[in-house]
Amino acid sequence: MSRDYHSKTASVTAATYRAYIVGFFLSVDCTLVAYALVVAHLNTGHQWPSDQVLLPIIIFLALAQFAVQLVYFLHLGHETSPRWKLLVFGFTTLIVAILVFGSLWIMNNLNYHQPPGGTDSYIIKDEGIHK
Amino acid sequence: MSELKTNLPASRDESKTVFGFWVYLMTDCVLFASLFATFAVLRGNTFGGPSGADLFSLPFVLGETLLLLTSSFTMGLAVLATQRGLKTQVLAWLAVTVFLGAAFLTMELTEFTNLVREGNSWVRSGFLSSFFTLVGTHGLHIATGLLWIGVMAAQVYRRGLGHATLRRLTLLSMFWHFLDLIWIFIFTIVYLMGAVQG
Repeated sequence: MSRDYHSKTASVTAATYRAYIVGFFLSVDCTLVAYALVVAHLNTGHQWPSDQVLLPIIIFLALAQFAVQLVYFLHLGHETSPRWKLLVFGFTTLIVAILVFGSLWIMNNLNYHQPPGGTDSYIIKDEGIHK
Repeated sequence: MSELKTNLPASRDESKTVFGFWVYLMTDCVLFASLFATFAVLRGNTFGGPSGADLFSLPFVLGETLLLLTSSFTMGLAVLATQRGLKTQVLAWLAVTVFLGAAFLTMELTEFTNLVREGNSWVRSGFLSSFFTLVGTHGLHIATGLLWIGVMAAQVYRRGLGHATLRRLTLLSMFWHFLDLIWIFIFTIVYLMGAVQG
């Protein structure tokens, strides 16, 4: 029985080594591809790849790397049910989305309702700054 | 033999501790999310000062990123060595992790020092205030993590590997991996998108 258990543990450990190596190389790839695309964009004078293509790609690469590290390094989704870790993670994602997109939405809307250059001129006057 | 001891009896307790620490990490996620939201709102408010595209050096930041990513990987190797009961290997990987993490922190502090010296400190504009707050909070976490790794290494060295050590090392590795997760978004949103959008 002991030997049986031992060989099982050994195979689990081997699998985890592989997981860390795969996770590491996928993460490096995501980082380097995103970096190379941005450098290409800057070297061609913001022409190729264009803003509209580049931004979604680098955001996608960041999210992909995030997912890779969650699974391979933090072992998310490896637990048996009930999956409390996954549940808490899902709830946090919801809060984070509300916090970030809510802030951007509200602040952009406020900007829209300001007279052009309004805030700047108020601050400059109140703080006695001469621009 | 040590694997039998570390894996079987305390697994229930251990999973509770790990879950508790996971919940802490998720609340830290919310902290960083609020700092990211602040940065996203203020990124254009340079008040006539320099923008991200003017200030940041991309190769430098790529170097920082690869250092931190590699340190996250070596931390994982330290945990795997702990599970196998290989004390010397654990200490070696922890040493490599501390070295890479310290190199990352040194680069970050160099960047901060240069910015402040050139007159682009946090008082310069809303953009720079939010930049220093976001990246500085991450740096503070890294500094805490380095201290924790040092204490952990001393514990492994003096007491050897046991239940308690494996549990603490697991939590430490989660903390360190989490900091690399946050850095992915700092790298992408602050530096890469900053360079693209100006």
